[in-house]
Amino acid sequence: MTLMEKIWNQHVIDRGDADLLYIDLHLMHEVTSPQAFEGMRRSGRKLRRPDLTIATADHDVPTSGVALALTDVLGARQLQLQIANCREFGIELHPMGSAGQGIVHVIAPEMGLTQPGMAIVCGDSHTATHGAFGALAFGIGTSQVEHVLATQTLRIAKPRTLAVTVEGQLRPGTTAKDLVLAIIGAVGVNGGTDTLIEYRGECIRALSMAGRMTVCNMAIEAGARSGLVAPDDTTLRYLEGRQRAPKGHQWARAVEHWQTLRTDQNAVFDVEVVLDGGSVRPQATWGTNPSQTVHIDGRVPDPATLNEPVGREAARRAQEYMGLEPGTAMSDIPISTVFIGSCTNGRLEDLRAAAEVVRGRRVASTVRALVVPGSARVKQQAEQEGLDKDFLAAGFEWRLPGCSMCVGINGDVVAPGTHSASTSNRNFEGRQGVDARTHLVSPESAAATAIAGHLVSAASLD
Amino acid sequence: MQAIRRVIGRAVPVGRTNIDTDQIIPAAWTKKIARTGFADGLFQNWRRDPAFVLNEPERRGAKILISGPNFGCGSSREHAVWALRDYGFQAVIAASFAGIYRTNLPHNGLVPVVAPAAAVDALLAVTTADTTVEIIIDVVRRVVSCEQAGVAETHFFLDDDAHYRLINGLDAIDMTLQLDARISEYELRRPNWLPNCDGTVHTSAP
Repeated sequence: MTLMEKIWNQHVIDRGDADLLYIDLHLMHEVTSPQAFEGMRRSGRKLRRPDLTIATADHDVPTSGVALALTDVLGARQLQLQIANCREFGIELHPMGSAGQGIVHVIAPEMGLTQPGMAIVCGDSHTATHGAFGALAFGIGTSQVEHVLATQTLRIAKPRTLAVTVEGQLRPGTTAKDLVLAIIGAVGVNGGTDTLIEYRGECIRALSMAGRMTVCNMAIEAGARSGLVAPDDTTLRYLEGRQRAPKGHQWARAVEHWQTLRTDQNAVFDVEVVLDGGSVRPQATWGTNPSQTVHIDGRVPDPATLNEPVGREAARRAQEYMGLEPGTAMSDIPISTVFIGSCTNGRLEDLRAAAEVVRGRRVASTVRALVVPGSARVKQQAEQEGLDKDFLAAGFEWRLPGCSMCVGINGDVVAPGTHSASTSNRNFEGRQGVDARTHLVSPESAAATAIAGHLVSAASLD
Repeated sequence: MQAIRRVIGRAVPVGRTNIDTDQIIPAAWTKKIARTGFADGLFQNWRRDPAFVLNEPERRGAKILISGPNFGCGSSREHAVWALRDYGFQAVIAASFAGIYRTNLPHNGLVPVVAPAAAVDALLAVTTADTTVEIIIDVVRRVVSCEQAGVAETHFFLDDDAHYRLINGLDAIDMTLQLDARISEYELRRPNWLPNCDGTVHTSAP
């Protein structure tokens, strides 16, 4: 049996075309919950497990420190409503300004709430992030959010299993973000549809928890329902001692169970993909979906040379939107905004890597560069290490935690027709702002790009 | 919830592949706290082009959207279904849908019609050429047909759970609560080292 099937079976309450799974942890944020709470009020149903429910403010939060009501009436109302809803229903909430606030997929792992073998949901597609811990983690819509509030269960069809095995080692300067972009480039945005990706192989084993979270986070961009990495010593070292992790005798019992959480030797996956980690180079997307990616030192491809999964017509249309001619060197694309942050790459390790690149250097005069720590804890730890000073001295803005420019609904947007280098997860048309042109990159590459004013890897910066 | 047993209507063919939910409705719309009023957000950016198919006056009143593969990929925002519903659509036909989006549709009384690629291509072609063509979706029997497209009754995929709820007008939560005793039984068996949340609204740091 595969790991996915083991955890799945441990949570099934009712089988059918879609099985009913018990949910160990329901993560919430302010944007996908208002209508669910309203539904609960209208139906008069009770919140079944407030003790398994936690919320944070992330999507609407202004990162500038300016009072919210002055800048965004709709966002302010939605955030106030979240506080009122959590008070009414008795739900743990970490609102803007609190010590535990941050992007939902950053705060749960750092609290030790995300643990192996759990079934976790959130009204957000990047819930897949938590699969890095060997958990079943699904993004859901608002109707399903209401369903979980009322029943603590999820009705979901069991996905097929897709093994993405990465052997070898990442080259120096190549990161988990580059790896996952390369995987999506190979599999396609539709390649993982109706599957759950288990990431395997020595290259995956060598990743830190932050790296595994980056890779699982973007499983959704390959069309998969989620990503999964079997727990191991790296997972245990990360979890031990965290606030909500089991302690003492409970820890021992939990570890005993977690050690059973691996795919059996003889298990068969529905689909298998194998990659050589050593063949991956620093990436940058050129198009309008994450599969449209190329080596950052390479060129915008000629659509006529592309086959599925990327597709020629899709490539032609994407290049028209991005204002790019085939054959253009990626390094010739002028970048005017650099964003370091998001649930993909907003953790301490990501900020350390970026700070390393910018230390002693200056952001190009043509670039607006901002760093948005993934959580209040990440921000505090970064400041303890002096990373904020490195960024500020280089000319970056050092901001408050939130989703910020990844989805651009809090006022942090990329100007129309301009190009950004972003450590986030989606380069869809209009994602970071109307007519914004997004290039997805790693934190190291984003930092180097801010210095150079154009797309460049950290290694090529000197 | 109203029972949906048949959808008969004209179509809006958007033949693109990988239509993501940021195109279906821009993210800013998710700041609305109401459950209705999303019609103006539907394909808002693409509608700026007067030639975009949704802008064709003859398409007004169409009930069926036809798309290329992987419709609704990207964000899980259910607002991308509410926009279709508020605009007047009752069904979406495609060879494939993103998983989350396909689940969101029937929760709002809309029918995801996962049809064979050849049939979808035929429907796209004929409805692009002729705005008056009508398509018949028999939800009960899970077949789609269109005489003018040369599509005889063709079976489409709709999972049993969504199918049952749609044709009987049943609420998913009510159905699950019928299994309340089994949910409670499961809860008694959960390991006690699993984590808990504290039910507190944590105030801002001083």
